[in-house]
Amino acid sequence: MEIIENKYFLLALTFGVYAVSKYIQKRTNFVLLNPILLSIAAIIIFLKITGIDYSKYKEAGAMIEIWLSPCVVALGVPLYQQLDEIKKQVVPILVSQIVGCLVGIISVVFIAKWLGATDEVVLSLAPKSVTTPIAMQVSELTGGIPALTVSAVVCTGIFGAIFGLSIFRLTRAKSAIGESLSMGTASHAVGTSRVMEISPRFGAYAGLGLSLNGILTAIVAPTILEWIM
Amino acid sequence: MLAFGELVVWLTGVRIPSSIIGMLTLTLLLKLGIIKLRWVKSTSNFLTGNLAFFFIPPGVSLMLYYGLIKSQWIPITVSIIISTILVMASTVWTYKLIRKSNGNHRK
Repeated sequence: MEIIENKYFLLALTFGVYAVSKYIQKRTNFVLLNPILLSIAAIIIFLKITGIDYSKYKEAGAMIEIWLSPCVVALGVPLYQQLDEIKKQVVPILVSQIVGCLVGIISVVFIAKWLGATDEVVLSLAPKSVTTPIAMQVSELTGGIPALTVSAVVCTGIFGAIFGLSIFRLTRAKSAIGESLSMGTASHAVGTSRVMEISPRFGAYAGLGLSLNGILTAIVAPTILEWIM
Repeated sequence: MLAFGELVVWLTGVRIPSSIIGMLTLTLLLKLGIIKLRWVKSTSNFLTGNLAFFFIPPGVSLMLYYGLIKSQWIPITVSIIISTILVMASTVWTYKLIRKSNGNHRK
């Protein structure tokens, strides 16, 4: 029993579970079998079955989590590579991102409050449309529960990736660039990977939506939440 | 770069995550040519390509909030679903509207 409580064993386990989940996703190509969701579920089940305390896993997790912020900094590189693309249509892209960002934060806050969620939960849901490292930092900064934010982010991503294309059909916008952009705005990396499957060119627009909404939300969310909470 | 972000946050007291400041600074330095793309490209590709992996540990801490989620799962799921639909529709409509009016100007 000793060895499975070792933090290096748990670290290796996390790597292994992630690799297997990615393989399963690749083989089945089934959106609901999202690698993040699968890995999280598998590790929680493992910890429950073996009775290992969460605090033991946290030691291993901390070694991975420390890389989250550098990941966000690294997103500066794709942003730089897309700068020329952004310049060409800077007004429509920026304005639609601002609208999407505000709608995303305000609507989730009001609906969750109206349905009786507690303040902690509402604050955790607010940054749900942006990529996890940013969402977690926003959640932590505003007084939400980062772990709950992660699950909200993952659910938002999976929902958007599965139903996004049908939703766009209903909006009758018929603009492939606009749709790809919105997919990144609404459901971050998971939505972006769905668009990437259709075409890498549109995938770049989804990536743009993902990074712009990430930046905007990080900048405006703390202030907006102070006003409307 | 992250350390630089932390420093700026600490100095100015702005409520923006330090990693975002780091990201924008990196973009700016690349644009100015102070940092060359080839120095950072492989590191960046590795980190952004495996973004999902780094989500796992914070996700696992969900097991600590099982009760909270169970008691409020309706507001959580309903607000996420409706809000996601609203974001998609509003973003794509705004984009289309502005593109259209811009296009007319040029013609």
